[in-house]
Amino acid sequence: MSENRPETKKKKQPLSDRRKFILNMARGVGLVTLGGFVWSAYVDEVTASQLLLRPPGAIKEDDFLRTCIKCGLCVEACPYDTLLLAKPGDNKPLGTPYFIPRDIPCYMCPDIPCVPVCPTGALDEASVTTDGKLDIKIADMGLAVIDSESCIAFWGIQCDACYRACPILGEAITIEYSKNERTGKHAFLKPVVHSDACTGCGLCERACVTEKPAIFVLPREVAQGRAGDYYIKGWDKDDEKRLENASEIKTTTEISKKSAVDSLNDGLEDLY
Amino acid sequence: MSTLWNNYRYLILRRFTQISLLLLYFGANAWGWTILMGNLSSSRFLDFVPMSDPYAALQMLAAGAALATDLLIGVAVITVFYLLIGGRAFCSWVCPINMITDAANYLRRKLEIDRVQNKQPASRNMRYWILALSLIISAIMGITAFEFISPISMVHRGIVFGLGFGWAAMLIIFLFDLFVLKNGWCGHVCPLGGFYSLIGKFSLIRVHHSEENCTLCMKCKTVCPERQVLHMIGKESLPVLSGECTNCARCIEVCDDDALGFSIRKLADNEKTGE
Repeated sequence: MSENRPETKKKKQPLSDRRKFILNMARGVGLVTLGGFVWSAYVDEVTASQLLLRPPGAIKEDDFLRTCIKCGLCVEACPYDTLLLAKPGDNKPLGTPYFIPRDIPCYMCPDIPCVPVCPTGALDEASVTTDGKLDIKIADMGLAVIDSESCIAFWGIQCDACYRACPILGEAITIEYSKNERTGKHAFLKPVVHSDACTGCGLCERACVTEKPAIFVLPREVAQGRAGDYYIKGWDKDDEKRLENASEIKTTTEISKKSAVDSLNDGLEDLY
Repeated sequence: MSTLWNNYRYLILRRFTQISLLLLYFGANAWGWTILMGNLSSSRFLDFVPMSDPYAALQMLAAGAALATDLLIGVAVITVFYLLIGGRAFCSWVCPINMITDAANYLRRKLEIDRVQNKQPASRNMRYWILALSLIISAIMGITAFEFISPISMVHRGIVFGLGFGWAAMLIIFLFDLFVLKNGWCGHVCPLGGFYSLIGKFSLIRVHHSEENCTLCMKCKTVCPERQVLHMIGKESLPVLSGECTNCARCIEVCDDDALGFSIRKLADNEKTGE
């Protein structure tokens, strides 16, 4: 210990330019890395929200987040003040447009004023156009989902508020009759949402009479499952066509080298 | 009255421009005006001319978004505009944050905070690093990195479409500039300012210094938010060629000796004066 002391007392040499340069570079790289990680983590966090309904014609959420320039032209174009831009504190990807159907649903204007004004194509006109004409009925903002436990129609109380409110009544929502076994003499009139027709406009959610809506719109990606490629509807000609492109990959394992019967009886020789 | 005008003419004009632009954007959302619709990220002038933030478009490009025609036209409009009038004219004449940081800077001078902390602990080149970093993050994350944190768009969008906690962003920048770093946000951190600095290198409208009139009072340097661009004061008659000059013209109006003024850059001169 004591031998070291004189050395530390020695006056420090000024740093050489070379050393200074290297140290400064190291500082720069370090700070950029630090900042980069914090920044990335933050951006990743704030864009993680999935439960968000976009205006009609919105492209896939990943692409939407990188394409939307957050200008609010769609918000200004909406005649019903349906669309909002996410504010700090809303816990939604900042500045991007969304709507809350329970407050103000999308009224499905036939001329879709919010879409053509989009300067970046984050709202894609082509996706809401059929035969060269704007067609709001093919918009896909989300999908209405019914909670059959809180929907009073499923209790047997007559209510068709959502059915009546649906702008594509009879296609997106239908009423299904069935016998109410509890009373034996009444009918259930249960609403059913059809995912191929529903646009997710949310008029049903707005109209729902329960305290918290029993029918509500979710982004399609959240609302729906996916059967995957392994299951094919053999009775459906169109679905069956998917087999045509199926490749013939055979998986060979130890067991499958033998014939099926042999493989089943394998290891049983000792019994006899 | 005339001295007031003389000493603050550009400041008054700048505040007028900034507030009018805010009002026009606000009116578009609130009352359906069609003069300026959208916000600073992208807008439509007279419901016809598209205008878009070129830096946002650059991030979109880095993030791998397909750039639409309207966006590209808008980017071209804005880029050409600022190439002509000075890149960072955006910062001092349009950006709403400028009012916040100017207020902080004014207070800093009045409270004499600069005398406690006269050496700034950060480099003004930080903004270029942040600019590069924003593009790298955009590319890696597939997202417009700065647009999700930008207090500029947060505040401007907030004023037009509803602020939320946007006031916190305003306060953070104000306090940062007042107590942490002089000209901290606009002069050190903001990558949009850095981006416009790069564009502004080529712009036509410049502040020009006439050394023969200068009395070395250094009022211009006191008031300048980017004082390094005034390196020629009292030394040489030169135009301010650095893109970091915001063309705010505060130096022109505080100068009592007519040693500073706007001029159109003579393109032939540039070769001579270097930079």
